[in-house]
Amino acid sequence: MNHDQAMALVQDVLTEIVPDADFTTIGPDTRFREALELDSLDFLNLVERLAERAGCRIDEDDYPRLVTLDSSATLLAERT
Amino acid sequence: MAEFTMPALGADMTEGTLVEWLVHPGDQVHKGDIIAVVDTAKAAIEVECFESGVVERLLVEPDATVPVGTALAVITPAGKQPVAQAEQPAAPPAALTPAMTPLVRHLAEERGVDLAAVHGSGPGGRVTRADVLATSPPRAHPKGREARRPSTRAAEHAPEQPQRVPSAAGVERDTSAAGPHRPTAARVRATPLARRLAAEADIELAGIDGTGSGGAVRAADVRAALRGPSPVRKPQVAAPGRPEAMRRAIGDLMARSKREIPHYYLSTTIDLAAATGWLREQNRRLPVTERLVPAALLLKAAARAAREVPQLNGFFIEGSFAAAPEVHLGVAVSLRGGGLVAPAIHHAADLPLPELMARLRDLVARARAGRLRGSEATDPTITVTSLGDHGVEAVFGVIYPPQVALVGLGKVVERPWAVDGLLGVRPVVTATLSADHRASDGATGARYLAALERLLQKPEEL
Repeated sequence: MNHDQAMALVQDVLTEIVPDADFTTIGPDTRFREALELDSLDFLNLVERLAERAGCRIDEDDYPRLVTLDSSATLLAERT
Repeated sequence: MAEFTMPALGADMTEGTLVEWLVHPGDQVHKGDIIAVVDTAKAAIEVECFESGVVERLLVEPDATVPVGTALAVITPAGKQPVAQAEQPAAPPAALTPAMTPLVRHLAEERGVDLAAVHGSGPGGRVTRADVLATSPPRAHPKGREARRPSTRAAEHAPEQPQRVPSAAGVERDTSAAGPHRPTAARVRATPLARRLAAEADIELAGIDGTGSGGAVRAADVRAALRGPSPVRKPQVAAPGRPEAMRRAIGDLMARSKREIPHYYLSTTIDLAAATGWLREQNRRLPVTERLVPAALLLKAAARAAREVPQLNGFFIEGSFAAAPEVHLGVAVSLRGGGLVAPAIHHAADLPLPELMARLRDLVARARAGRLRGSEATDPTITVTSLGDHGVEAVFGVIYPPQVALVGLGKVVERPWAVDGLLGVRPVVTATLSADHRASDGATGARYLAALERLLQKPEEL
């Protein structure tokens, strides 16, 4: 998975969790957890879906990298 | 002969609107089955029946608003009414029946589908009508069933429909919980998940090309439409009532709480080094689907502490406090778009952590989708509000009457902390207690927070 594909995947999954997520205001470097008011269960859903769709393992140690669209896409691109 | 009445789904509820019947006269119902959907100011709630038997008569039509306590239906208790028994196949063994509505069970019986083999795609793994239909090819002429066909119409929460029509899979059902039922102009075939996604995203199903069988809109189609340039948004005027009504309902209840309940407040800061370290070890071994969040551990400890201090777990009704025999832990869930609900995790003190975690995830998902059950809305004996995810360190809450205590949990933060005369950096959380002075004193409340702190030092025992 390249960086662009990974970025699209993160946006897809975030849209499933927050259906009205507006990616015109959430840029690649926006901290989306705050911007979308994700709680810990939402975040767990995000990790679960990303791991499943990308087909890679995401550990708790990786959570700090799931902060922005860009950093998340970089992580996924590395793993897949 | 038993009456099924409009339940009080919260201390603030005086009347409710029957949104839909999920059963029809002659249907067999089991205790705990979801048989109706009732709309309150806060949410559409799926109401269980408390009786096993046969539905004799429905007394109230959908869309009617009636006071709490009004008889809605007459149910003849099991064993007293052999009618309809002979005609219907025996109910499947209870062990094989996951949560579902009686209609789905009937449908499965009609089609000879083994429910144990059906994968439930509904909330909480519930088997939906669509799941059953997907498992069985439709029979051309269900023998002797014509009269009953309409009753299998809506297995899920749906708004009232003007006419009962025999239906194929997925007739138009608006499962949106966000607003009052909206009449829909065109009937669109769609899967329940697609419908829910569309409702959550507020887009019109009619504007989406379906790729499922018979042109039915599938979840993937909705997602594709969402990614596309311009999904057809539902008119924003579609659901004007809910946010205002919910704000008013919360306001009324909280005003009553502040007017009637002499609150006292306590606060303590709890070292979570042991708890977070233990969680980390656990989660390292677990697949992501089974990982625990700190909230699950905190909720378990809060429930166990409530059992240790029964003076805080129960209801203040008619001038006196009555302790509850079980701990049904209310969990405040904030809803997207504003407002909150605080449904119960039943028997929270007795649930193993993985189970409690699963229930928490299910409960939050259903609360946000507006699919709570009546017992969840009414049963909390003490409530926990946790604003840690929203960044604040402490929350002093307002008690939900007729409960007598509310536990507040803030964000887990790293702070300098003295342990055995040495200063270190530790993760800590501020736990607060708002309690009713009519039911307890500060010393009792202090015992609660002390118990909470003690329990969290031994996470492996929770």
